[in-house]
Amino acid sequence: MAGHDHTDPPSDIALRVKALESLLLEKGLVEAETLDAIVELYEHNIGPKNGAQVVARAWIDPEYKARLLADPTSAIAELGFSGVQGEDMVVVENTPEVHNLLVCTLCSCYPWPVLGLPPVWYKAAPYRARAVSEPRSVLEEFGVDIGDDVEVRVWDSTAEVRYMVLPERPDGTEDLSEEELAALVTRDSMIGTARAGQE
Amino acid sequence: MMDNAELAATPSLPFNEDGPLFAEPWQAQAFAMTVRLSAEGHFSWTEWVRYLSAEIAAAKSGEEGDSLDIYYRQWLAALEKLVADKGLASSAELTGRKEDWRRAYLNTPHGSAIELSAADSKPD
Repeated sequence: MAGHDHTDPPSDIALRVKALESLLLEKGLVEAETLDAIVELYEHNIGPKNGAQVVARAWIDPEYKARLLADPTSAIAELGFSGVQGEDMVVVENTPEVHNLLVCTLCSCYPWPVLGLPPVWYKAAPYRARAVSEPRSVLEEFGVDIGDDVEVRVWDSTAEVRYMVLPERPDGTEDLSEEELAALVTRDSMIGTARAGQE
Repeated sequence: MMDNAELAATPSLPFNEDGPLFAEPWQAQAFAMTVRLSAEGHFSWTEWVRYLSAEIAAAKSGEEGDSLDIYYRQWLAALEKLVADKGLASSAELTGRKEDWRRAYLNTPHGSAIELSAADSKPD
């Protein structure tokens, strides 16, 4: 495992973008808020969101699901999705007894090759703090109804681990194709702030 | 904000009914900077389109890789040239700052916010 005393720099091209952005901000040529607003406007168009296909496959193929839970990085690569190397992926399964919620309290670690770009609220301080201290209230605000008998587990990303939630397959979807199932899997359902198929 | 007519007039911009498509966050950030600099009057969108077209034309020689990746690499190269030509940020500034960020990452423990000041000082 890599040490905890450094952070791996992003790709050279991402560093070029960061360099340009920080110079423009420093010189007052652009404002951080307006840049964020544009990125936020298109956040649903950013990143491949391959996670939905991973989830749909796991729903229809129990053997794939077993591999996904045992060795997520390899199981995700099986579907031809790469980009999560170097970080261990952990897939946590929602069940009628357990609801999982992802957060990174320190920074905004996020497996974007699988989930697309993190939503702005995920990176914001209130979510990062409250997801840990009062996860049930946070879930309620997101419109996720969690029974008192359901255990809520909060997963805080650490140095080398990125999490993804395997949401529950919605009832009444037995006749849907893999593609139709994938369409029910939203980004938020893989963070745990929504159920799959939730409007 | 950009109107869709301007976006549509941007050469080869990959987009669908919801707007432009990006494969990675840096691509959206490069796009956002271009839109804002133009909106702030540092250059016109027409001027930007000229730089981007020139970059695309110059790079035509069979680059390998994902099409969004290639497209936004050309986009960033064009933007770096345009900001240098406009005197907004020189090529030397960009290169120096990039290396500062790289060192800042390497000097910052995972989980802490990356600050540029860490480029020159390894924390205890």
